[in-house]
Amino acid sequence: MAIELKMPALSPTMEEGTLAKWLVKAGDTVKSGDILAEIETDKATMEFESIDEGVIGAILVPEGTEGVKVGTVIATISGEGEDAAPAAAPKVEAPATAPAATAPPPAQPRAEDPAVPAGTNMKTSTVREALRDAMAEEMRRDERVFVMGEEVAQYQGAYKVTQGLLDEFGPKRVIDTPITEYGFAGIGVGAAMGGLRPIVEFMTFNFAMQAIDHVINSAAKTNYMSGGQMRCPVVFRGPNAAASRVGAQHSQNYGPWYASVPGLIVIAPYDAADAKGLLKAAIRSDDPVVFLENELVYGRSFELPELDDHVLPIGKARIMREGSDVTIVSYSIGVGLALEAAETLAGEGIEAEVLDLRTLRPLDREAVLASLAKTNRLVIAEEGWPVCSIASEIMAICMEDGFDHLDAPVLRVCDEDVPLPYAANLEKAAIIDAPRIVAAVKKVCYR
Amino acid sequence: MAKSGSSRKAPAKAAADDETFALRSLQEAHEANPRYAASDDELLKFYEQMLLIRRFEEKAGQLYGLGLIGGFCHLYIGQEAVAVGLQSALEEGKDSVITGYRDHGHMLAYGIDPKVIMAELTGRGAGISKGKGGSMHMFSTEHKFYGGHGIVGAQVPLGAGLAFAHRYNEDGGLCMAYFGDGAANQGQVYEAFNMAALWNLPVIFVVENNGYAMGTAVTRGSAETHFHRRGTAFRIPGMSVNGMDVLEVRAAAEVAVAHVRSGRGPVLMELQTYRYRGHSMSDPAKYRTREEVQEMRDNRDPIDGAKAELLKRGVTEERLKEIEKQIRSKVNEAADFAENSPEPEMTELYTDVLVESY
Repeated sequence: MAIELKMPALSPTMEEGTLAKWLVKAGDTVKSGDILAEIETDKATMEFESIDEGVIGAILVPEGTEGVKVGTVIATISGEGEDAAPAAAPKVEAPATAPAATAPPPAQPRAEDPAVPAGTNMKTSTVREALRDAMAEEMRRDERVFVMGEEVAQYQGAYKVTQGLLDEFGPKRVIDTPITEYGFAGIGVGAAMGGLRPIVEFMTFNFAMQAIDHVINSAAKTNYMSGGQMRCPVVFRGPNAAASRVGAQHSQNYGPWYASVPGLIVIAPYDAADAKGLLKAAIRSDDPVVFLENELVYGRSFELPELDDHVLPIGKARIMREGSDVTIVSYSIGVGLALEAAETLAGEGIEAEVLDLRTLRPLDREAVLASLAKTNRLVIAEEGWPVCSIASEIMAICMEDGFDHLDAPVLRVCDEDVPLPYAANLEKAAIIDAPRIVAAVKKVCYR
Repeated sequence: MAKSGSSRKAPAKAAADDETFALRSLQEAHEANPRYAASDDELLKFYEQMLLIRRFEEKAGQLYGLGLIGGFCHLYIGQEAVAVGLQSALEEGKDSVITGYRDHGHMLAYGIDPKVIMAELTGRGAGISKGKGGSMHMFSTEHKFYGGHGIVGAQVPLGAGLAFAHRYNEDGGLCMAYFGDGAANQGQVYEAFNMAALWNLPVIFVVENNGYAMGTAVTRGSAETHFHRRGTAFRIPGMSVNGMDVLEVRAAAEVAVAHVRSGRGPVLMELQTYRYRGHSMSDPAKYRTREEVQEMRDNRDPIDGAKAELLKRGVTEERLKEIEKQIRSKVNEAADFAENSPEPEMTELYTDVLVESY
């Protein structure tokens, strides 16, 4: 029974090639691994090996022939019975799948924040304490949760966010790492793949750039690439964006970078209640989460409901202030500036609605569009660069799905498009502030 | 500054002063007893597993040539004794395995069904990753096989993380983390070595030194070509092992596994091996001679070696022919399955991006 040898594809793009040289002739006995021919592609000359045993029958395409299409029968081998099994001459065509019209599943309505029962005691908490309490509560609740990072244990946290955790949970669960972000991010992801629930603290997200391969290639993509087998429930957290006078390498907002990656959850809260409720949700999530904090907000105090289990829904924006004239969309530290701007604007007779996105991926487009439908004017305030930003994304959403509601062009107020300078006056000039938000709002209100 | 929870002493002034700095002990143990005393049945099993990998990979190469497999496809032909010898010393379902993108052999050595592997290569819905991963991205959490990773070296810290989980859970398991001589030059490998040694993680780092990082010979890419010595800076004992003899590989694995299981931290094994085929399918093989490849095939082949030993032990030619026949038919079945299974449903485009709904 003869086996047909076909012109092979030797690269992902090859369609035809030159049969440069035959290294066997009719009547030769060949075995698996013997080189039969040399084939030239547009890139290189490649060797063509036998995977069968037998005797070369006929050479059907002589050497020197150019333009031999992939799949053309070039020779035959007469083999033993079992070698001529059906798979020896498979059909080239893959079964056709009709390119059926397909679309992403429609977004489900998102859960509202759970109502805080009447009479709940409110306490004042800093964002720093709220984050620590979130971790501590989740570590008490689930043995698989642990924290690792630089200076998280004995030093009590470079920014004191992990203060007291070592004392309560011990060195098995609160782990100081060497300064090797790529390595410990990988170890954290591997531990999550192995069934644990790591919280990986980056001293700042600037240093996470060393580790971004594991955040994206190892954590975000693996569930998809494995057809849903490989869970990676890791939380990467730490301060993000500009601090104060630390220069360009320590002052970048990575929100837009991570928010562009399918497979990641990206959260950037502003106040203490959201920081706590969303970090608890992040730790419980079965998906990898990038949790972006802000050093300048750590020490600010907010009201926080005293509840046994304060968990908030991921993916839900929050109206921080109601208004009817214009919407200011923001997140993280920008929310404080937007609220400040709204106060000023109220004094001038403009009622601004302030929407805190809280989660950057998945983005709550419905909340953005609902507020736009109400106010018909929208400004985005983002402490970060303007190009390819969250602001750009919000503007796209308004164009795609909110065009009919717009009474003015959407404007964005972002940092200047420069690396952050050190000098106090230049730094101040580079970063957004409330007056710039006020000016943009007046512009869209034609005031 | 002393670390709590760490038993390590302050660094010694010099290695010579440090009596615990005995990094050749595992190598010496291996050399004292270099070949595993396999029973006939065990050797037959190794032979079968290696032959399955060889025939599977040849078939994958053929299907690639026919356009049924796309993209990158890295074949394990020549290196079979490494995965088979090492993984035979592990406990499947307890010990985890992770590797790079040349991963078909490690999966077959862990008993994963060739059909679902081949169907993944052809991008079908019945593939082990539902056709969404491809040759480089395959996983089986059921078998504790954790991939299948496409970024050179990334699997090394991931493997240390899996080992971290074994230790954290006190489940007695270890992780075997494979990488190549090319990946051995990645910085993150040494970050992982440092933490694995610092934290005494139960991990066996395995460098499969097949001589070439893609097309760059080790001597052209590595200042220290004795990869097993590269753990020295982290106090990780090293072993250099003939990766072309499955019994030597198995014997070395026993030494390494015993060391790690006893709680003494990581081991770095270097397996001297050779890949007969190109780095991937589109490899012009201009960086080595045909004679060099032929020499390895003729004189060092792990499957021929095992076959000769089986014949010497009195296993009949007929028995081996029968095994060969069964494997060919198993591989042909896998190829038929992979060719005839439908492509993934279009709805699969949007599934598995996230686990939960938000």
